[in-house]
Amino acid sequence: MNNNVIFGINGPVVTVKNADCFEMLEMVHVGEQNLVGEVIGITDKLTTIQVYEETTGLKPGDPVTGTGAPMNVLLGPGIIDNIFDGIERPLKAIEEQSGAFIGRGASVSSLDSDHLWDVTMKVKVGDRLEGGQIYASIPETQIIEHRVMLHPDLSGKVIEVKPDGQYRVFDTVAVIEDDLGQRHDLQLCQRWPIRTARPVKKRLSPTVPLITGQRVMDTLFPIAKGGTAAIPGGFGTGKTMSQHQLAKWCDADIIIYVGCGERGNEMSQVLTEFSELIDPKSNRPLTDRTVLIANTSNMPVAAREASIYTGVTLAEYYRDMGYHVAMMADSTSRWAEALREISGRLEEMPAEEGFPAYLPSRLAEYYERGGRANVLSGGEGSVTLIGAVSPQGSDFSEPVTQNTKRFTRVFWALDKSLAYARHYPAINWINSYSEYFTDLDPWFIENLGEEFVEYRNRISAILQEESSLMEIVKLIGSDVLPDDQKLVIETARVIRVGFLQQNAFHPEDTYVPLEKQKLMMKTILHLHSKSKEVVSREIPISKIISLGLFDKLNKMKYDIPNNRLDLFDDYLAEIDEKLGALLR
Amino acid sequence: MTIWQRSTKNSARCCGKEETYLIIDYVGVKEINGSLVVMDGIKGVSNEEIVDIKLENGTVRQGRVVQIDGERIVVQVFEGTGRISLKNTRTRLTGHPMEMPLSPEIIGRVLDGAGRPVDGLGDIFPVKKANINGTPINPVSRIYPKNYINTGISTIDTLMTLIRGQKLPIFSGSGMSHNNLAVQIVRQAKISGADSTNFGVVFAAMGVQKDVAEYFRKSFEESGVLSRVVMLLNLSNDPIIERTLTPRCALTVAEYLAFELNMHILVIMTDMTSYAEALREFSSSKGEIPGRKGYPGYLYSDLASLYERAGMIKGSTGSVTQIPILTMPNDDITHPIPDLTGYITEGQIVLDRVLQGQGFYPPVSVLPSLSRLMKDGIGKGYTREDHQSLANQLFASYAKVIDARALASVIGEEELSPIDKKYIEFGRLFETRFVNQGFTENRSIEQSLDLGWELLSTLPRSELDRVDDAVLDIYVKDKKEVR
Repeated sequence: MNNNVIFGINGPVVTVKNADCFEMLEMVHVGEQNLVGEVIGITDKLTTIQVYEETTGLKPGDPVTGTGAPMNVLLGPGIIDNIFDGIERPLKAIEEQSGAFIGRGASVSSLDSDHLWDVTMKVKVGDRLEGGQIYASIPETQIIEHRVMLHPDLSGKVIEVKPDGQYRVFDTVAVIEDDLGQRHDLQLCQRWPIRTARPVKKRLSPTVPLITGQRVMDTLFPIAKGGTAAIPGGFGTGKTMSQHQLAKWCDADIIIYVGCGERGNEMSQVLTEFSELIDPKSNRPLTDRTVLIANTSNMPVAAREASIYTGVTLAEYYRDMGYHVAMMADSTSRWAEALREISGRLEEMPAEEGFPAYLPSRLAEYYERGGRANVLSGGEGSVTLIGAVSPQGSDFSEPVTQNTKRFTRVFWALDKSLAYARHYPAINWINSYSEYFTDLDPWFIENLGEEFVEYRNRISAILQEESSLMEIVKLIGSDVLPDDQKLVIETARVIRVGFLQQNAFHPEDTYVPLEKQKLMMKTILHLHSKSKEVVSREIPISKIISLGLFDKLNKMKYDIPNNRLDLFDDYLAEIDEKLGALLR
Repeated sequence: MTIWQRSTKNSARCCGKEETYLIIDYVGVKEINGSLVVMDGIKGVSNEEIVDIKLENGTVRQGRVVQIDGERIVVQVFEGTGRISLKNTRTRLTGHPMEMPLSPEIIGRVLDGAGRPVDGLGDIFPVKKANINGTPINPVSRIYPKNYINTGISTIDTLMTLIRGQKLPIFSGSGMSHNNLAVQIVRQAKISGADSTNFGVVFAAMGVQKDVAEYFRKSFEESGVLSRVVMLLNLSNDPIIERTLTPRCALTVAEYLAFELNMHILVIMTDMTSYAEALREFSSSKGEIPGRKGYPGYLYSDLASLYERAGMIKGSTGSVTQIPILTMPNDDITHPIPDLTGYITEGQIVLDRVLQGQGFYPPVSVLPSLSRLMKDGIGKGYTREDHQSLANQLFASYAKVIDARALASVIGEEELSPIDKKYIEFGRLFETRFVNQGFTENRSIEQSLDLGWELLSTLPRSELDRVDDAVLDIYVKDKKEVR
């Protein structure tokens, strides 16, 4: 087993000659420094390995040893509030070991093996445990209870249980005996291969929205818990900002944020900002529910490819405990490029734009791991997947965007011209879509009333109408339009400026509850229909505009605090009064 | 063909203990293709190792191992493969990857594209040697950059503020005044906490003409920073493959000065387009599968390995700020080089040929330009509390100017609505007074901000919808004539 040595090296790809003991996707150690790698191709002569670290200095003849298991991650308490690289090595521990620059072959345990956790046992001797059931619980952070579950492949009768108390991750807290009479020690952690989806009891349809507090996302293009969404946009259109806003405010229990081939400074921003920001629901720092995976653009490309799978495996693990997990991947294009790079080194036949032909199937596999489900531990959990896409040259027809579109059901298209005008979030309301309306409308009707759906449809219709009117305006100017069409343009302007635009840096506007979103729509539409009445009496629209109501509504997002929704009544009354005066 | 070896016993002192090892000269090569040579029968070679290739006439060229297949290796020759035949070389392995000698004395020196002194002042006596590829900075060790650099240029300071530790490229085109802008930034850049003892510039020229390099040298001299500049010159007639080393050497120097000597280093790299083209040439001669426009599939990762070396780290008070300059082929911002650069860097300063043609300097195209780190480095305690609102409003209003102009080009300016006419007028003032600025004019941040408000006050107050009323009350004066 130990006589396998390196034969060839090409960038991150290493080959071994005449080895027959490796399995496909097995995790291996390469070279004297024990660099982590994964077997990605086997022929009778050559075994191909991708190495997750820099290969500078490796030599033919250096040893390659297998681990006998596929590329896997360690799952247990200590994941939350941590920051990992693409293959689940904690960056803080690496910093202690090798300083500010990441050394190679760092061998650190994924989870702190010395930390003592307060463990409460949930089983007693004689109980029968099935795969995925909970046998202990640990307060992992102040708001997240870590439920330690039996490995999904195991089951059996509990024959030994330690008392409640303080234990380390690798301490044995219980022993079970399976049907074959074999004993299994249960620790506080388990391993799971990153490329395999964790099993669930039953898939559920996505009928509950993920509430983000971002108006354009919640009302016009909602996403379900357990749904999938893509945020494509050229550089500078605010992909990362949108992802940050979602990570901060969406109502998931746990956030997995994967910085996949993105900027180092952005990750350090997330680190500092999230530890300072307080989650309004729990009054605890956001880091108490966040896991960061940082594989920045200058870190090894093969680990970037793995980081997405590492992230989704962690997400599934917490889903299995019965949590709603949202995973943000920024950006999936960098992941696809990593695939392309490795594929190029393997001299595979390229499909579109040099991307490998299996790009669509890989994307599909990834997005299929999202979903809402009855989990093995009994409750209900979900994994929501939100992937940023960075299309080359802002061209949405490129392969990654197009294929992502096929496998995600919400498409938040970011628009360069909106971003240039600093209209944020720069989500284009004409090109974007959500396929979850039919699944989610019952929830909206039940919780916010029939009128919420009605308002949303009317708002969309006005925006659509404006879009076609703008074609004319671009040619001949807005002066020649009849007054009722001018009114559509004015109302659409309020919708765009006063409603869709949202200021992430304004304390009142960065997160807006659904109830306020509904009342804002109501007020805008009320002004629209009242004005329509006035215009139909042939009163010139300039008279309505000079009342200043449109300007006032543009600023109501700032002027009405989130906890003073009664103020909307004053706005409605003012509209009635001022427009009523015109009619008289 | 077979290769015969000539071996000599040699001893060297390494890590304090005496070691005897074999130095082997490999004679001849097997294949030559562009800048790559293939050799066979090579033992004990490591990936990315540097080799010395000695020609019959005594000249030594350096090369780097880029691929290994058993005993067959592919070497990239930095100075080109001219005059190499299948038989006339002796190749020796050096046993280490490409390293750069570093010492405090390097400040003020002129080096070639591969980091060797060319100013006739002799070799650099190294205090330490560092691998030019560097190692990635651990994201948890980074300090999030927040201190702004006052460049004295209104558009940059107000709308795309440069932050210490940022990477902010200039997207330009051939014939535009990007070099002047870079020089003006270096001359006027006031970095808080930096003075003449801990401020330095690393200048990397890749494939630029002699006059351009000379222009930079002269400008550095005039502004009195020349003694604090490290210049790495790979001019347009220098070997192309060496060009792929130049930015790496430059950044290795910058990292050393910043993180070990605690200096604030501004790195200017020009022209990144030549660098990317050198990379493409190397990739295609290696027979790699091309991505977009023939550039290698790993162009993003490769550029990232350069740009990501900007920043600040814990445990050091220094910083590396990068201003890469790239000329967009055919002024096309969607070309792979500017496109991928924009995805990595923290914003961009885009220059515009129309503004340049109208005689405005600096011809900064405001709308596509952006600084991502700006939001946390401005405002109260940094610049002034109204900065963010002003910037938002200027961007929004100027975007409307563009719409109004588009409309005017169809229906004529006369037919525009009164408000659109106001925007046209605002656009004219904005370009002639705010964007346009003298090459030697150094505006303070207050001057720039006040000028911005002055111009905005030509618009009706109801149009200023990005600003809180409270801020408007303070800064927007009542209608007055602005010329």
